[in-house]
Amino acid sequence: MPRLLTKTRFITIAASVALVFALLDPLMGSADSKIRIMTATTDLASLAQEIGGDKVDVESVARGYQDPHFVDPKPSFLLKLSKAELLIVVGLELEIGWLPPLITQSSNPRIQVGAPGYFDASRFARILELPTGQVTRAEGDVHPLGNPHYWLDPDNALRIAKGIQNKISEMRPNDAAYFAERYDAFAQRLKQSDQQWQAQMKPYAGRKVVTYHRSWPNFAEHFGLNVVGYVEPRPGIPPSPQHTVELIGQMKRDAVKVIMVEPYFDLKTPNSIARDTGAVVVVLMPSVGGEKEITDYFKLFDYDIAKLKKALDETH
Amino acid sequence: MKRFAALSALLLFYSFAHAQDAPAVVVKRDVSPANTEDARMKILEQQVRTLAGEVAILRSELAELRETKSPERSSGPQVLLASARPEPGMLSPSPQPAAAQVVQTQTFGGASGNAKLLNPDISLIGDFIGTAGRNNVSPSPSLEMHESEVGLQAIIDPYARADAFVSFGETGVNVEEAYVTFTSLPAGLLLKVGKKRADFGKVNTIHNHALPFIDRPLVTNNLVGGEDGIDDAGFFLSRFLPAPKNWFLEGSAEVLRGDSAEVFQASRRQDVSVVGHLRAYRDLTESTNLDFGLSYARGHNNNGSNFLTNLYSGDATLRWKPLRRAIYNSFLFRTELVWSARDQFSAALPSLLQTEHAFGMYSSAEYRVNRRWTVGGRFDRSGHATDARLTDSGVSGILTYWPSEFSQIRGQYRFGHLATTPTDFSNANEFLFQFLFVMGAHGAHPF
Repeated sequence: MPRLLTKTRFITIAASVALVFALLDPLMGSADSKIRIMTATTDLASLAQEIGGDKVDVESVARGYQDPHFVDPKPSFLLKLSKAELLIVVGLELEIGWLPPLITQSSNPRIQVGAPGYFDASRFARILELPTGQVTRAEGDVHPLGNPHYWLDPDNALRIAKGIQNKISEMRPNDAAYFAERYDAFAQRLKQSDQQWQAQMKPYAGRKVVTYHRSWPNFAEHFGLNVVGYVEPRPGIPPSPQHTVELIGQMKRDAVKVIMVEPYFDLKTPNSIARDTGAVVVVLMPSVGGEKEITDYFKLFDYDIAKLKKALDETH
Repeated sequence: MKRFAALSALLLFYSFAHAQDAPAVVVKRDVSPANTEDARMKILEQQVRTLAGEVAILRSELAELRETKSPERSSGPQVLLASARPEPGMLSPSPQPAAAQVVQTQTFGGASGNAKLLNPDISLIGDFIGTAGRNNVSPSPSLEMHESEVGLQAIIDPYARADAFVSFGETGVNVEEAYVTFTSLPAGLLLKVGKKRADFGKVNTIHNHALPFIDRPLVTNNLVGGEDGIDDAGFFLSRFLPAPKNWFLEGSAEVLRGDSAEVFQASRRQDVSVVGHLRAYRDLTESTNLDFGLSYARGHNNNGSNFLTNLYSGDATLRWKPLRRAIYNSFLFRTELVWSARDQFSAALPSLLQTEHAFGMYSSAEYRVNRRWTVGGRFDRSGHATDARLTDSGVSGILTYWPSEFSQIRGQYRFGHLATTPTDFSNANEFLFQFLFVMGAHGAHPF
């Protein structure tokens, strides 16, 4: 038999559901002494860890061996984001395909865009490849705000670390001295390491290389490499036979002997280009955690530079 | 904050000044293509010198500002500017032709300030569908611009964001969704207010262009109101629930006006409908996960205020996507079951009232073979909400080609064994094809 459901009953149901939700253990964090930080990528996590030391809990959404353009917004991240006090993002629309719904659904007011707990690292970094003319997708998956792979430059890391130091000092004024001390130590270590890296790369200044995706402009500029072409015909567009033929011709003309590939791309095309040109394919890690041994920002450069040096030596 | 605003303003001014310089170079290059290299170098050098001058002025201005505003923290952002050395190497007159459009320059913070202003993210998704073959029960046009969906999305204020999707179809304009989301509520609550696809199962929440197939499964058409499904104006409240370790639980409670396509109809103001949804999710490994849902919907149907339709649904999804090869390979299996209990006049004895119980389901699988190709298959079976003795079934196979992330070309073969009477069936053999294209803002992918 059809039943009659009155308006009042609906209101009662709705109100009781709301009440049950409201009474359930609220996830709003108590005044925990450690700052809970979520980052979009592992590199930012590493920098936050350097500055925050044991006063922070840091976790990254994306893994180091994952293409940061394509990350699934899994609900398991939502729980972590809902408890975060600070969210550090790469910005420049790198995470536009997956982070906005995570932020909204986290129902965490502290990390919403523009809130004090939303930290866009790109605002502190030096950005390359800012398009000046008209931006269209005829150029592929272009980033109209500039190249978002800016973290592979130790100078940028230093600037971002400074930004993080200021931010977390604001959040925990009592620990400001500790964070300042950690920043100074980090800056000193990074400058020393950078001198070594620069020295290691100096003999190869001006060497021409080809990369798969445009992930390396800051790295190349910092270490004096000359990126003359890309395996992708346009950013985000898979290799095409015509472009591959053109690239092989260009590499032969310019005597390019090294192809740098990110770990999440297929090696078939780079390998076949290498066979035709006598070049070497070298898989470099764009992010911390790309390999097990790359546990922090320093080891990332140690790893990449060692591999790159070997490839450049082999093809000299 | 003030200091930062001042810094941004200066950088904005700087980039603006520079933007005005840049086209001049291009123009000059166009005018004299003969002595290109030398002239270009000279222009670049000149440009660098002017820029160096500008930067010096800006830096001194900035230092002044900093001293007046916050003398105690002057050591901080100085590092930020430490690399603002306008040396000639900075502009790196890159030889590659691809970089002609791209000026490598000194900028902190990208162009976000002036690129977008306060416009919402605007997108348009075109959905063109063609059908060939035979279907005597529910024929569709040979060629149609099925839908052009305009999306407008923006953050409204520090407490809310809004999303609107207006679809222009063959027969008119429909506000598919338009709702505000309050993100800063206490107790972890998330409230959406407006018109929205209700959280009833999985396929009901997905927009046409994001479906894994060209069409919706038979169960949607027969039991859950067709293409638009349960899509109504109301309040949508959700919250994470305490869950066992490694599980994610989310509950939703929704109160809607009670008008949703053919499934619910409100004859009076009191005839609101309610939807409840419980989602449980678990990561098995970093590349594999399980997603379960239970849904309930209740509303009044087109027989009048005293006639209710109750819908129950259960869904399960298994996903596999290896992180290192995420753009090349992935797999998804999904099944969804729907039970409908609809109050209506008995078909045999129109004076008698009865509750018609119907069941429908589908199972589908998709596999991404490589970066550009996806294959999929679906099995369908569903009774009719008004007459459970009529049971349709069908199978489909689909092939999708992705020229890029922003377009898709698909072909789907669909076989339908469609009931016309409880004992008579009509077989439908159809080939569907679809072109999808995305303009504008890069929307998030549904999960």
